[in-house]
Amino acid sequence: MSTARYDENPARAGMGAVGALVILLPPALLLFTLFVIWPIGEASWYSLFNWNGLGPVDRFIGLKNYKWAFESAVFQRAIFNNLLVIVVSLVIQLPLALGVALLVAGRAWGSVAFRMIFFLPYVLADIAAGLIWRFMFDGDYGLVAAITHALEMKPVYLLASDPWAFSAILAVVVWKYFGFHMMLYVAGLQGVDKSLLEAAEIDGANAWQKFRHVTLPMLAPMIRLSIFFAVVGSLQLFDFVAALTRGGPFDTTHTMVSFLYYFGVTRMRVGFGSAVGDVLFVVCVAFAWGYRRWVMRDD
Amino acid sequence: MTEAVRLTQAEEIGRPGLPIAAVARLAVLIVLATIVLYPLIATALDGFKSLGELHDNPLGLPRQWDWRNYWEILGGARYWRVLGNSLVIALATVFLTLVVSAMAAFAFAHIKFFGDRYLFAYVQIGLLFPSTAAILPVFIKVRDLGLLDSYWGVILPQVAFALSMAVLLLRNAFKQIPSELFDAALIDGCGYFRFFRHVTLPLSGPILSTVAVIGFVNSWNGYLLPLVMLDSDSRYPWTLGLMAYQGQYSTSWQLVLAFITLTILPAILMFLLAQRYIVAGLTAGAVKG
Repeated sequence: MSTARYDENPARAGMGAVGALVILLPPALLLFTLFVIWPIGEASWYSLFNWNGLGPVDRFIGLKNYKWAFESAVFQRAIFNNLLVIVVSLVIQLPLALGVALLVAGRAWGSVAFRMIFFLPYVLADIAAGLIWRFMFDGDYGLVAAITHALEMKPVYLLASDPWAFSAILAVVVWKYFGFHMMLYVAGLQGVDKSLLEAAEIDGANAWQKFRHVTLPMLAPMIRLSIFFAVVGSLQLFDFVAALTRGGPFDTTHTMVSFLYYFGVTRMRVGFGSAVGDVLFVVCVAFAWGYRRWVMRDD
Repeated sequence: MTEAVRLTQAEEIGRPGLPIAAVARLAVLIVLATIVLYPLIATALDGFKSLGELHDNPLGLPRQWDWRNYWEILGGARYWRVLGNSLVIALATVFLTLVVSAMAAFAFAHIKFFGDRYLFAYVQIGLLFPSTAAILPVFIKVRDLGLLDSYWGVILPQVAFALSMAVLLLRNAFKQIPSELFDAALIDGCGYFRFFRHVTLPLSGPILSTVAVIGFVNSWNGYLLPLVMLDSDSRYPWTLGLMAYQGQYSTSWQLVLAFITLTILPAILMFLLAQRYIVAGLTAGAVKG
């Protein structure tokens, strides 16, 4: 084989390249197809059947699984809860993360230590964080119990009462994840061009004007990215529900994924669970695709 | 020009010239740090209490430091078994993810072939939706392959779902290696595999460790996938073991809290020892992906 071919077009390097491709690509393609692409295709197929996972897949029921899901008050509440997580993430968690990032991005005293403290919960497993907070919210033993003791009130069981139980889950979401977003903003703030801030200061801008017209625009790509992660993470929420409430009281604290688990997986209703999974799939793909196309196109 | 001009806005809030702002900043941060750390500290402390004391004094220091809860867990096989299972699953997941995705990423970065863009886009589909969306069909697949209730039944889907991000990160990094280097190596008779082994991999330490950190943390903290795939508690990773323990001792919070403390201890120690790599890995992965 002449070396000249490499000089002209190293990329098309003849048989060596083909041989390399045959070895390099199949493991990834096989695993990915077998456990990601093929199953998501199968989910659409299974979702048209009433199937318990055993025997032939032959009880075709059209779109009834989808109909049952959307007619279920529990599923409607689950979708509402997922939306609540997204709203709380955007309205409370991300502004909090940004505010804290402004306080710890520089070289002021203790910044590095505080950053690490706020990031720490992100490293812990959701399931462990959820159990810790289940204790905190416990009406007999935890933080809530201590407060009611001190006030000489009757015990309050937050996780067993309707609007409070999911609010508790929302609080845990913020507790665990704001540090991650803070860290993204810190990285973004460290990339802000200081000469622009100096120029603004010379022009007489006050702190708010500098933030609003210099820092914030420079940080926008990172904010768009962090919103993306917040929404995608919110849609997948499951472990906190499993650890804190298991969907209770009266199935008011489910998310789409916990609904899928408790009503599809544990009862082996493969068709129904696949329909719920498909809804989740469509929501995630539509969001990811639309967000990348319209919101993050310049980043 | 004053000194303030040279400070960024973020630094300015804590700068020495403004004592009130600096004090306010510290006060806010200390309150927040307390909210973040207090549940973790209380969990560890309450593991030392008796149930009775937990009821009367859930927030303070233990009046009597009772080490028995901790010693019983540390002396039993259960704790070590669940951590061992998690370690095996996480290490295998990281190893396989690195090998499989680095190979594919190398092909996508350095070899042009018919349909390469489409194939790369195909592998990226996994970034658009979470593994949970297809959890039931994945369960059926794992069952049909005879891998239910085995480590492989957890490891293989975890690797498959880590591939999209890993291939993306690695391909972008491998592309940074100058193509002149690649051309020269090929002319000198260095094959693809030697180049991969002796040039690409040694130059890619940071990005490989990023992929490894993401894969390890995700696997170590994973709950839903092992929950669906595993039946026998002899194979439970610590997340499942913790929930099973809580279910069994749900009336004895002091034991559950001691168990939580001991099971999150490895993650906290790892974080304290390697915080720079872990933070860089988890955030860089997010930003570059």
